[in-house]
Amino acid sequence: MSPHGNPEVPASSATEINREAPKASPAAAPAETTGNAWGLWEVFVRSSRGLSHVHAGSLHAPDAAMALRNARDLYTRRNEGVSIWVVPADAIASSDPDAKGSFFESPQGKDYRHATYYTKSEGVKHL
Amino acid sequence: MAAQNLQSVPDQPAAPGAAAPAADQGQAQLEAEGQAYFDRVISEDSRIEPRDWMPAAYRKTLLRQISQHAHSEIIGMQPEANWISRAPSLKRKAILMAKVQDEAGHGLYLYSAAETLGQSRDQMMDDLIAGKARYSSIFNYPALTWADMGAIGWLVDGAAICNQVPLCRASYGPYGRAMVRICKEESFHQRQGFEILLELSNGTPAQKQMAQDAVNRWYAPALMMFGPPDDDSPNSKQSTAWNIKRFSNDELRSRFVGMMVEQVRVLGLTLPDSEVRFNEDTRKWEHGPLDWNEFKEVLAGRGPCNSQRLERRRQAHDDGAWVREAAAAYAHKQSMKTKEFAA
Ligand SMILES: [Fe+2]
Ligand SMILES: [Fe+2]
Repeated sequence: MSPHGNPEVPASSATEINREAPKASPAAAPAETTGNAWGLWEVFVRSSRGLSHVHAGSLHAPDAAMALRNARDLYTRRNEGVSIWVVPADAIASSDPDAKGSFFESPQGKDYRHATYYTKSEGVKHL
Repeated sequence: MAAQNLQSVPDQPAAPGAAAPAADQGQAQLEAEGQAYFDRVISEDSRIEPRDWMPAAYRKTLLRQISQHAHSEIIGMQPEANWISRAPSLKRKAILMAKVQDEAGHGLYLYSAAETLGQSRDQMMDDLIAGKARYSSIFNYPALTWADMGAIGWLVDGAAICNQVPLCRASYGPYGRAMVRICKEESFHQRQGFEILLELSNGTPAQKQMAQDAVNRWYAPALMMFGPPDDDSPNSKQSTAWNIKRFSNDELRSRFVGMMVEQVRVLGLTLPDSEVRFNEDTRKWEHGPLDWNEFKEVLAGRGPCNSQRLERRRQAHDDGAWVREAAAAYAHKQSMKTKEFAA
């Protein structure tokens, strides 16, 4: 949850790795667990054999089995998938969008990691 | 926002009292940096994602728009669901069921998108059932005959598509992605409606009359789906500046009228509007006056079916309570068993 989006949360909570909070606002009642409220699941769908699972969206369900069934009904009504993963949303750790600068700094200025950096071999066959 | 800027902020929230002014200052600086970052993303026509800083008004506007949109999909199931058991053939029944199921899906995609802005789904549901939330005025009109299934698909889903295609590029990532998914599914909705009308139009004189009557009743309410005229739409300007809205209400309405003029000819029917014309000067389609008083009345809850729609939603929610409770109880029991086994 963005520390800036919510004035309730001190800005100093901006750490490099954040455990993704449930998508509901921290100011609201805790989204999961309470009473009959169903937890939030993120859905990943493999559209055909040989491809990766790709994030399709999210849904609410009381457990993994129901999450899978709901995901099938919600995200694969037209043969969009051959396999589904469901993951509890609060089990996903995510990098902080605000830490972009330092967290992803390393590859910058390292052009030599790309083949295009090496120009002398241009025109040489099979290289 | 760059991390090095964040590091200038104290690690611990300032204690109340003595250090408060410093904390205020830090907060103000963060807000300013957040705003600058947000402005840059918008000016580059890039996307805002859930954990990015965003102005409170942007969040509020989106939350209102996306939740109203979600409610519209959910309430919008009702006029058509009423006709599933009366569909004239098994094929039409299956098609109508698939369409209504799609609309439920659209509602769920949109509730998910709204949730990323910090509103719980239960809260949105409660607001709808309590009559505190708005949804599209179109679903407060009755579906009187089978031909209405045609007119709804052709005109109502048609207008929705016109509205929704530009929203695929809305600046808020989750909203845009939900709209892409929705738009892919909508085109079948409009086509099946068109087909129903075409079949009736080519049927007996009574069937053709039924088709024409449905078009007559749904035409004006469908045009009003694009919202009030531009000079009476105070929030449009800000939404456009934020790249949520890409075209004005009147612009989209005019485009829609142009498309309908073409299509109604293929249907062998007419639009109930003698003032439809293409303005050569403005290069835009024009239509006759719409009853905006009626629009406001329906939106305010005084349309022909408002109370019926809400009552039905409430009833469905109550009827489903035992399913939600049972599923939660079962999940709880299973998780206890797993824990016991592990211990
Ligand atoms: Fe829809
Ligand atoms: Fe639709």
